[in-house]
Amino acid sequence: MRRSIGSGRFAPYLFVLPFILSFLLFYFYPLVSTVLMSFQEIIPGQSHFIGLLNYERLFNPSMYKAIWNSFRYTVFTILILIPIPILLAVMLNNPGNPASAVFRGALFIPTLVSVVVAGTIIRLLFAGSPSAIVNSLLGPFGVKPMDWLIGNSTSAMILLVGMATWRWTGVNIIYFLSGLQNISRDLYEAANIDGASAWYRLFRITIPLLKPTIIFVTTISVFGGFAMFEESYILWSGNSGGGSPNNVGLTMVGYIYLKGFQGGAMGLGSAIGLILLLIVLAVSIIQLNLFGFFKKEDG
Amino acid sequence: MRRLLVLVLLVATVAGFNAFAAPTKLTLWTFQPLHLDFYNAVVKVWNAQNPGKAIDLDGQAFPYADMHNKLLVAVQSGVGAPDIADIEISKFPNFLQGTIGLVPLNDVIDPFRDKFVQARLAIYAKDGINYALCFHVGATVMYYNMDIMKAAGVNIDKIDTWDDYVAAGQQVVAKTGKPMTTLEITDQWSFWPMIAEQKSDYFDKNGNVWLDNPTNIKTLQFMQDMMYKSKIAVAAPGGFHHAEQYWGAMNAGGFGSIWMPMWYMGRFTDYMPDLAGKIAIRPMPRWTKGGFRSAGMGGTGTAVLKQSQFQDLAKKFLFFAKGSKQGNIMIWQILGFDPIRWDVWSDPAMSAPNKFTEYFQNDSVFKMLLAVKDEIYPVTLTSKTSDLTDMVRNTIMVQVLQDRSKTPAQALKEAADQLRK
Repeated sequence: MRRSIGSGRFAPYLFVLPFILSFLLFYFYPLVSTVLMSFQEIIPGQSHFIGLLNYERLFNPSMYKAIWNSFRYTVFTILILIPIPILLAVMLNNPGNPASAVFRGALFIPTLVSVVVAGTIIRLLFAGSPSAIVNSLLGPFGVKPMDWLIGNSTSAMILLVGMATWRWTGVNIIYFLSGLQNISRDLYEAANIDGASAWYRLFRITIPLLKPTIIFVTTISVFGGFAMFEESYILWSGNSGGGSPNNVGLTMVGYIYLKGFQGGAMGLGSAIGLILLLIVLAVSIIQLNLFGFFKKEDG
Repeated sequence: MRRLLVLVLLVATVAGFNAFAAPTKLTLWTFQPLHLDFYNAVVKVWNAQNPGKAIDLDGQAFPYADMHNKLLVAVQSGVGAPDIADIEISKFPNFLQGTIGLVPLNDVIDPFRDKFVQARLAIYAKDGINYALCFHVGATVMYYNMDIMKAAGVNIDKIDTWDDYVAAGQQVVAKTGKPMTTLEITDQWSFWPMIAEQKSDYFDKNGNVWLDNPTNIKTLQFMQDMMYKSKIAVAAPGGFHHAEQYWGAMNAGGFGSIWMPMWYMGRFTDYMPDLAGKIAIRPMPRWTKGGFRSAGMGGTGTAVLKQSQFQDLAKKFLFFAKGSKQGNIMIWQILGFDPIRWDVWSDPAMSAPNKFTEYFQNDSVFKMLLAVKDEIYPVTLTSKTSDLTDMVRNTIMVQVLQDRSKTPAQALKEAADQLRK
């Protein structure tokens, strides 16, 4: 017995046990319980199964709006937060230059700012009154004061995506910089000798070799985009409980919060959560397929 | 000798225990740290008056959503609830579903039942059983900026009906160029009191969706007309009356008046200091001769949990804090709310100078409140209330008052149909 503990038969299981336990307790159990709850009406002491009713209730304009907003937000953040950080990373990728260290730091600082602080400041900057900062800056150029946050879906999305760009550019630059450092200098030297232009080097060497990093950043951006909640919660905060006028800032996670926690309908909230899971899974698989992630390297 | 010593020690110990009977520890959850100041002050008075039943109050303030979620989970799972908890009114229906985890308070309320504003007991009751006591009536009143009223030559005591109010508003706009009032387009405190005055509501007495009734449609049309026909109202800057933008504009003397519940007095004193001495409070205008002039809005019901080991003591303490005369006076003194027992409103303590009496022009706001105490109609809350208020806040008001993409009838009907599903 004593020998068998030390032997290869039990030790591996012992070492993975903490992970298995925490996985079962904090991931697997909640997942199963969410699936069950999505078919239930959750009432103190009297929870009961109600079939597909929670899912039927999801066919409503707010849910469509939430899906549409989350989808748009994800697409826009990916369209902006991949190319711009790549270009910036290429520009900053010369370790000898002290200026590049300064710019790296400056671009990273917004990430460290709490989303609550940033959101509150943006909310006040873009307030609707003519004397609010942005409106008063635009005034001399003949732009009429506008209500950025109330009821206008386009300006609301611009603010949300703008805030994401401001906050996450720095992080993505770090990912791409570390990707760039894995590309051998020899390739660029060889290209130089052959007379390749800067653009040619970017599109023929840098971007193809950054592909693993791009896949990674795109994948986490898909997760991040669909999981977005705090930004819209803070921009319309005080607007009592995660809502926004005309639902311009309603996201899927925001809708879970609204229904499950604000409204106390945990069953409905679980159903929204599972739909979100399915959407993110589908989008990720399509995206990874497009990038050829599942194909075998053909050498 | 030694035996004597032991005896003396023993007697001393027993006597000591009796003299310092350990206070009972009660836990209390709230979502508003200001409420804790109040409870802690009340506990001191209670302990002084009831030495045998001393309480060691362990009050904890959590963020709003956190506290209600925690409490609901504790009630659902049967463990971990505090002895006493504050529950915000829009969350309260969640706690009246299924097996109710709150202790009935009828036995402590009954001896004084007629002294309470009845509407404020009814909102926390189910099938005739009272489950909580409120902090305030939340009587909705009109706050007038008297500088603007004087400049326009408006006598606010002549304003009796909403038609008078609109006429006065047009006079204000013509003379001063300033809007008479602002309407909330992302919250419900402009709309709800107006329909409650007419005994209408979001839900009927049986809890059925009633949002799209003719009174509500007519009222929402009236609000739209205030903005676009008689042009006496504009959308509140920032969308609602708790936006920093609104406070700034109102504080700068931007608008003639506003109707909000009494608890909004604190927003004036805290966020609009430049209006000190310029604001007069009057009842809301009424819709018809003899109609109601106020509505009770918002609230926090405090309840005793069935999980408590000291239900009886908790119940008595809760009633002392929120149902006794002394407690009600402290609610006004510490929190500045209009307490739910109308028999304290005429108490001299209620007109003693404090920061509210200094700020507002009224000699005593409670004299005015006594005149409208029977003109408050209870609102009906159901488990769908929070869904419905979300719709009022996020779609109906904006669509009808801001972008006018829907008529009042369309917007109300659409929302009501969605909820009836």
